[in-house]
Amino acid sequence: MSTQLSTPTDRQSAEALARSKGEPNWLVELRGEAAELAGTIGWPKPEKVRIERWNLTAVGNYEQPTAVQAISELPEAVRELVSEGTENLLVQRNSGSVWKQLAGELAGKGVIFTDLETACKEHGDLVQKYMFQAVAKDEDKLTALNAAIWNGGVFVYVPKNVEVELPLQAILYNDNAEAAFAPHILIVADSHSRVTYVDCVISEPGAAAGPFVQPSIVEVFVKPGAHVRFGSIHAMGETGVDMTIRRAIIENDGQMEWIIGDLNDGNTLSDTKSILKGQGSTSDAKVISVGKNAQQNSLTTQAVHFGKSSDSNMVTRAVMKDSASAIINGITKIEHGATKANGVQTEKVLMLSPKARGDANPILLIDEDDVTAGHAASVGQVNPEQVYYLMSRGISKQDAERLIIYGFLAPVVSEIPVEAVRGQLQRLLERKLER
Amino acid sequence: MATHFVIDGLKAAIDGKEILKGINLEIKGGEIHAIMGPNGTGKSTLASALMGHPKYEVTEGTAVLNGDDILEMGVDERALAGLFLAMQYPSEIPGVTNSDFLRSALNARRGEGNEISLIKFIRQMEGKMKELEMNPEFAHRYLNEGFSGGEKKRNEILQMMLLDPKIVVLDEIDSGLDIDALRIVSNGVNAMRSEDRGFLIITHYQRLLNYITPDFVHVMMQGRIVKSGGPELAERLENEGYDWVKEELGIVDETVGQA
Ligand SMILES: Nc1ncnc2c1ncn2[C@@H]1O[C@H](COP(=O)(O)OP(=O)(O)OP(=O)(O)O)[C@@H](O)[C@H]1O
Ligand SMILES: [Mg+2]
Repeated sequence: MSTQLSTPTDRQSAEALARSKGEPNWLVELRGEAAELAGTIGWPKPEKVRIERWNLTAVGNYEQPTAVQAISELPEAVRELVSEGTENLLVQRNSGSVWKQLAGELAGKGVIFTDLETACKEHGDLVQKYMFQAVAKDEDKLTALNAAIWNGGVFVYVPKNVEVELPLQAILYNDNAEAAFAPHILIVADSHSRVTYVDCVISEPGAAAGPFVQPSIVEVFVKPGAHVRFGSIHAMGETGVDMTIRRAIIENDGQMEWIIGDLNDGNTLSDTKSILKGQGSTSDAKVISVGKNAQQNSLTTQAVHFGKSSDSNMVTRAVMKDSASAIINGITKIEHGATKANGVQTEKVLMLSPKARGDANPILLIDEDDVTAGHAASVGQVNPEQVYYLMSRGISKQDAERLIIYGFLAPVVSEIPVEAVRGQLQRLLERKLER
Repeated sequence: MATHFVIDGLKAAIDGKEILKGINLEIKGGEIHAIMGPNGTGKSTLASALMGHPKYEVTEGTAVLNGDDILEMGVDERALAGLFLAMQYPSEIPGVTNSDFLRSALNARRGEGNEISLIKFIRQMEGKMKELEMNPEFAHRYLNEGFSGGEKKRNEILQMMLLDPKIVVLDEIDSGLDIDALRIVSNGVNAMRSEDRGFLIITHYQRLLNYITPDFVHVMMQGRIVKSGGPELAERLENEGYDWVKEELGIVDETVGQA
């Protein structure tokens, strides 16, 4: 069955929209090709989750963005995410960027931090060199769809040897279920540079008026000796479907850190992958998720080792309430020739209700002898011994369970690099966990 | 009101198997009671049944603390009523820092609207940690996670000192402690001795009782208190073992299982 999409994904309309936005020819062409592909190839097929049963048609139509003049014009839920006093902030509302700001000092050093649409026009050569190189547009319907309709987005470029001290922050939100909301985030950290990027993807109440789908892609290029910290919280509304593919290509001695909070209220497909191409490259991925109601979550982390002495670590922790489910896949692949590589992964699910479902599938695929690898996975309930111990000190059952649940998530929460975002994550967790 | 704790005819079972066969014990404020007895005779079971461990089912009896039967209460209510158990095997709770845990426990005791200020709490906690010669880093470590046996025991005593309970049950607080730690922990306990606090100390060894002199010593076998006496009883047990008690009472197997 081919899915009917309500957005223009045929070649003509995708190209027409691109042209009307004044996009360069290479991009118009890319979108046209991708639109055609999107009509012919299938959705991704994650383990044990039938995403084709989700409502994937509500991709929406392009909505012309209107820039805001000051942060104070942004809605409260967005403003409270803004790191205090930040000069490095980008905001996307529905189909396009509405606010962007970069410290003059960073701009002076050649750092680029802008929406991807603008970057395609102003830094076309640079963008073209990287966009859809980590994630191919023809992998599946999701990647093709993003290629055809992506809007707004983020582009980060950090030149050689430049270290960006303060985090770059993006807030991407939708408040209209009928507007296309499909960010594409592209980060390029040139040799020996260093950067922290943090984003929040949220819904404002207006988005609850109907179903929507957010097909999004993140591509990160970590050049030799560079260090990228990528933090992201997704907390979109119940009527939404979030499908996000994140991928990093890490060269010699490059370091990649992923810190992901999947806290949407709707169905979620989240796939975060590091390709450890270079010798001595490292990747550290931490993912948390909280599911409630009948929400379905497919959470995948992957590390593919090509480089000798490359190192990966992946941790996923999920808390499932009500009849929510989490299928967690961890895939560590060590290719032939990646001698002295080390890959470890842990997936843990804590179920707070008898109807909740959790599944942890650690997979090690190893084509090289001289490596070390390990995995641990567990699915269980709150440990009654622990509850008893806390209660024996006078702590109520509810508070005891809360402490244990937050403790379970702490390895990720404590790593969120921006204070305001960490605080927000705490609030979101409280909101989702409170019974 | 002076602390008064009376255990009367307490029977308890685990997985349907009766372990405690009727315990009677009275502890008044200011008193220190020691319970000794061979392995597997029900000492920890008594402690767990009093605290309300979910695996233990109380089948008969009462345990009245200042007029209220704590066996009718939830675990947290027993703690708030003034019972404290330093456990033989304290749980490890990953992700919850010791100081967050201690503050939650302290605030639970103080009640809503009367929470302790962060500064005051830290001052209190650090003061007690110093008394116990604990490295301040233990405040930020996850609760009991990776603590050595002795460190866990010290942490139990830290909790006791902060929570200021009325009845303290110490289950083998001396196991795993080195010689210095034994002295430090004992000093901690002695510093807490007071007219309105009673202690029930479960131990295998006289060495703890050299530091903390008990008023009463009880011997447990087959899920019962089979003999009681003064401090001299502990000394005799240390020197001669349990055989003479068994002989005197005609007990062949002292464990719970065969009785
Ligand atoms: N889950 C269980 N099922 C069956 N028997 C149990 C269970 N838990 C404990 N017991 C038994 O209850 C008895 C009393 O155990 P308890 O832990 O109270 O002994 P104890 O006196 O504290 O011993 P120790 O000095 O070794 O600490 C033992 O025989 C023990 O094996
Ligand atoms: Mg015991």
